[in-house]
Amino acid sequence: MSYFVDEKGYFGKFGGAYIPEMLHANVEELRNNYLKIMDSEQFRNDYQYLMKHYVGRPSPLYPALRLSELYKTRIFLKREDLNHTGSHKINNTIGQILIAKALGKNRIIAETGAGQHGVATATVCALMNLKCIVYMGETDVERQYPNVMRMKMLGAEVVPVKSGNKTLKDATNEAIRDWINNPLDTHYIIGSVVGPHPYPDMVSKFQSIISEEIKWQLKEHTGRELPDYAIACVGGGSNAIGTFYHFLDHPEVKLVAVEAAGMGVETHETAATIARGKLGIIHGSKTLLMQSPDGQITEPYSISAGLDYPGIGPVHAHLHDTGRAMILNATDEEALDAAFELTQIEGIIPALESSHALAALKKLKFGKDEVVVVTISGRGDKDMDTYIRRMEGS
Amino acid sequence: MNRINQLFANNSKNILSIYFTAGHPELNTTVELIQTLEKSGVQMIEIGMPFSDPLADGPVIQQSAQKALANGMNLKELFQQLKDIRKTVQIPLLLMGYLNPVMFYGMENFCRDCQQAGIDGVILPDLPMEEFEAEYKTMFEKYDMKFIFLISPQTSDERLRKIDNLSNGFIYMVSSSATTGAKGSITTTQTDYFKRVNALNLKNPLVVGFGISNKETFNEVCKYANGAIIGSAFVRMLDAAKDWRKETEEFVRGIIGK
Ligand SMILES: Cc1ncc(COP(=O)(O)O)c(C=O)c1O
Repeated sequence: MSYFVDEKGYFGKFGGAYIPEMLHANVEELRNNYLKIMDSEQFRNDYQYLMKHYVGRPSPLYPALRLSELYKTRIFLKREDLNHTGSHKINNTIGQILIAKALGKNRIIAETGAGQHGVATATVCALMNLKCIVYMGETDVERQYPNVMRMKMLGAEVVPVKSGNKTLKDATNEAIRDWINNPLDTHYIIGSVVGPHPYPDMVSKFQSIISEEIKWQLKEHTGRELPDYAIACVGGGSNAIGTFYHFLDHPEVKLVAVEAAGMGVETHETAATIARGKLGIIHGSKTLLMQSPDGQITEPYSISAGLDYPGIGPVHAHLHDTGRAMILNATDEEALDAAFELTQIEGIIPALESSHALAALKKLKFGKDEVVVVTISGRGDKDMDTYIRRMEGS
Repeated sequence: MNRINQLFANNSKNILSIYFTAGHPELNTTVELIQTLEKSGVQMIEIGMPFSDPLADGPVIQQSAQKALANGMNLKELFQQLKDIRKTVQIPLLLMGYLNPVMFYGMENFCRDCQQAGIDGVILPDLPMEEFEAEYKTMFEKYDMKFIFLISPQTSDERLRKIDNLSNGFIYMVSSSATTGAKGSITTTQTDYFKRVNALNLKNPLVVGFGISNKETFNEVCKYANGAIIGSAFVRMLDAAKDWRKETEEFVRGIIGK
């Protein structure tokens, strides 16, 4: 069983490139070149250099002793929250901006929901002196004002998207439309392991640095490279596949992906795509997605703006289908509880997205000598309004 | 013979085709709109199947899809509305939309229901050539449903030939690198591209779509193709129309009238 992309761009029966002909040449150019570029010495040197000196990698693998005591096991936190710009998203945008440069593109577009990917894209565009346009649903522009201002300060143009439901999926549609209209000079930096092939594979490879580091860091801490559990939250699935990547072919490592249940998986107010979705096509990829009984894509809900995407990266649909990964979910309430728990016993304020991964600790039974790695995909600064409301309410 | 093949059998020129979204302006206007278009002299019709996320469409068609969905249009309803269409309408009819709702309906169910309703062809821009060939080609042939491929200025000559080989109806020549939407005049970049495609002497007729909005642009692109499709400009007219029957006739006369 392979968990990696095949030569046609599929993970099992998921993936592919379901794109209109107008995008064929763009996607083909990327497909023909991404592996070559990523293998070049120049790329590898630039990527490693920026990861170390600009992003601040390796990110720590922190042995969370008090949390371990509470759950009677050995918990390590992979601190992607300590990266420059505050989340794992920068691992991908650094990689893609180097690809864009190698392809000779001078105009960058991106979609964003919460604004984390938009900020990470605007950041690398400032660094590389490239024009940056970020599509963001009008509703999100209002909800995520500080990130909008960060992007603007970084020199990006933020385009409020008024179509559809005015959120992440519509922002993604609009970025794709922009790419159709600007096929020659533009590179589209997609923010997760979604979209047409080769994006899911390319973004996975950029995020795989997370598990690459976990292996040697864990060895330093415990003498062994492989954890018993690797746990991460999934929106599109980029921090999760980054956390899983180097463990995919080690069946003894249990992989746990945590979806956002919103108000509950059984309600309409949920973003638990694997639990509730059906096979279909979204943004060029064949995967599971939330849809109505006549195949219209529906709007998901989660308290965390980074997890409310109606699709899921095709690799995760495959990991679910093959039983390789365990798919759990956490409600808004459970995520909030987990955020406060971590903050109060370890002094780390996690992003709401990452709090969903932490909430899984309560749902699993660990042995006291087992090694559990949880990826903290981002920091909680952007979620302070939500946390403040919680504190004032209780 | 399939009506699309009939229409193009004598290398016909200046074929006017109109796109509209089913269920727009109102849920039940679909059939009467088709009849009105045929009466006005339109020779082929693309009936849009509304979708929540139409990523190859500009704002006008996006909004028409949203309205149609809000009006309650879906595939089941559409086939219900079209079940007697062949009692009154002779010109080729195509369904155009996106893959997801069709997959959800089931491709075989879809092809069968298309055939039963008398639909002649299908356009699904996000179903690429490779996937069509591997998964669905034989099914389309079984139901005599023409699958119409799009080509764009970025499509290489090699790929154009492959598409030509796989096609048996017409080729939908997207007029520029763009989503749907009315544009101004036709540029030399566009005519150069039309000439490049013409020089390949493809076996299939060519029909130009995207950005054609009036008599001038229609006549101009028809120099390089067998016909053209008008979508956004027509949908925008419907949006603003006080009496859409009368204004539809006027719209068509404005394009092909003497
Ligand atoms: C901090 C953080 N974690 C996780 C996610 C979810 O994305 P993915 O599933 O691609 O890691 C986001 C998305 O915005 C995020 O900002």
